[in-house]
Amino acid sequence: MSVPVQAGVAAEVLDPVAEVEAAAVRGGLRRVRLGVLGWVSLVVVALAAVLAVVGPLVRPFDPNLSDLSFAYVGPYGSHLLGFDGQGRDLFSRLLVGARTTFLGAAFVAIVAVAVGSGLAVTAAWFGGRFDRVVSAGLDVVFAFPGILLAVVAAAVFGAGLLSAGLALAVAYSPYVARVLRSAALKERAMAYVAALEVQGFGAWRLCLRHLLPNISGLVVAQGTILFGFAMVDLAAISFLGLGVQSPQADWGVMVSEGKTGLLQGYPMESLTAVLCIVVVVSAVSFLGDRLESAGKQAHR
Amino acid sequence: MLRFLLRRGAMLVATLLVASFAVYGALDLAPGSPIAALTGGRTPSPEVLAELNARYHLDDPFLVRYWNWLTAAVTGDLGQSIPLRENVSTLIGQRIGVTASLVALTSLIIVVGGVGLGLLGALRKGPVDTGVVLVSTVSAAMPSFAAAVVLQFLFGVRLGWLPVLGTGTGFADSLKHLVLPALALAATSVALVTRVTRTAVREELDKEHVQTAVSRGLPWSSVVRRHVLRNAAIPITTVVGLTVASLIALSAVVETAFGLNGLGAYLVQAALNKDFAVVQGISLVLVVAFVVTNLLVDLAYALLDPRVALGSRAS
Repeated sequence: MSVPVQAGVAAEVLDPVAEVEAAAVRGGLRRVRLGVLGWVSLVVVALAAVLAVVGPLVRPFDPNLSDLSFAYVGPYGSHLLGFDGQGRDLFSRLLVGARTTFLGAAFVAIVAVAVGSGLAVTAAWFGGRFDRVVSAGLDVVFAFPGILLAVVAAAVFGAGLLSAGLALAVAYSPYVARVLRSAALKERAMAYVAALEVQGFGAWRLCLRHLLPNISGLVVAQGTILFGFAMVDLAAISFLGLGVQSPQADWGVMVSEGKTGLLQGYPMESLTAVLCIVVVVSAVSFLGDRLESAGKQAHR
Repeated sequence: MLRFLLRRGAMLVATLLVASFAVYGALDLAPGSPIAALTGGRTPSPEVLAELNARYHLDDPFLVRYWNWLTAAVTGDLGQSIPLRENVSTLIGQRIGVTASLVALTSLIIVVGGVGLGLLGALRKGPVDTGVVLVSTVSAAMPSFAAAVVLQFLFGVRLGWLPVLGTGTGFADSLKHLVLPALALAATSVALVTRVTRTAVREELDKEHVQTAVSRGLPWSSVVRRHVLRNAAIPITTVVGLTVASLIALSAVVETAFGLNGLGAYLVQAALNKDFAVVQGISLVLVVAFVVTNLLVDLAYALLDPRVALGSRAS
């Protein structure tokens, strides 16, 4: 296939089509080797995702029905894990709690990746003054640790999952933007971009259809890593009382509510919630590491 | 070097200016009047309202109030907590010691534990190394609040070795109260530093200059110290600095979990109580600490690695 290219560029561009295809392989996720631990992690994450959707439907008991005479009673009959300090079924609360924990973190990761990659690609594309302004702005956001921003957001907008999630997404986006900007700059300098530009492709179409898909491996890796961070930070914020509000079941809230029982020698609620968080977060961060190293190898 | 310092200093001041404006502006936009907290929901008479507005300068235009707040903050006056009728600086002063000692003790644990474990894993292959990897994998998955409840249960409730709540009185008792919080805060970071140290030392051990040093007959300990650690120190310092910077905000979680009377726990309380002057003040202090720590990391990096060009900006 012959593509009209400027004479000056032609010497470097041997075969733009082959280069586009090579870039697609580079950007894609075909090279990821999961291994046994990777598959276990994938299953754990998939299970948590399914629970997040159907958890409230399959719970055996009402998670908010409290019967104080059962407070801190251990596993009993069909109550697999027993009861919490207010006599609510612990297993049901864990099932229902998966939803806010998982979907909240997914919301943070998606918003942060969307904002971060948008900024990264436009900054790399336009370069010059626009790039400098974006980079300076990101440096300022860098000065706010996620948790601090979430606490300030809770003071301004009131405590809740939405304000905490938005604050975290804002705090994370510079991390995404920084990684993706350098990858986008490298792509921008590739001959296939120049070739497509010469053919009159618009900036929008080029970025969305060609440049962004070619760095999609890194985008997915960043999203996965941030998803793990977001789960931890959101749970911590709910633990502080500034995120999901009691009596709604959420793993972070349950760690905090279970502390009273824990200090009195009944650790079931806190420790089961901690276990859920630790297992899912480990699985997510393991997958994120794998995806990131695969993405980095492809982008050498 | 001087140019580098000046440029980074100017960037620091610019960042802090914008950050302080953001903090002050955001809390100023928040719904609800600070007067409501003061009058306890009762509607004050117009004279009282005017008097209160005048006392707390609530009638001034926003930019004037921001400017007054900022210039006062530079001299150490962070305004008044309206519900508590106390100077924010005094309130911060009473608590900053707890947070500073918590972060200092945690940093010590991170450096000693992380670098020590990492070196151990890199130098002793086999079961010791496997053990190091196992420990760091488990503790990497422990968010600080999770580590907090696990440690409280194990060492406080089950074994009864250490106190699980409160700040303590006197030096020895206070230190005892800080041990578990510092361990909880350090869990994730120790794992990170261990991993980076182990990889960096491994990579350095495989390099030709180390083989040369060994074949020249230099004692092993001096090879490790002068040739391996000197080079591995660059990534290690960076990761230690960055994790220590991240502790500053995370201390809020651990302080709340252990009932420590520190800045972070107080910030959370103030946010829940809508005590905006305190939120602004503590946020500003934490942002300054965070940004300055990051600057120090960059400086240490530049000093340790002569290849880093001080004049130009790394892209």
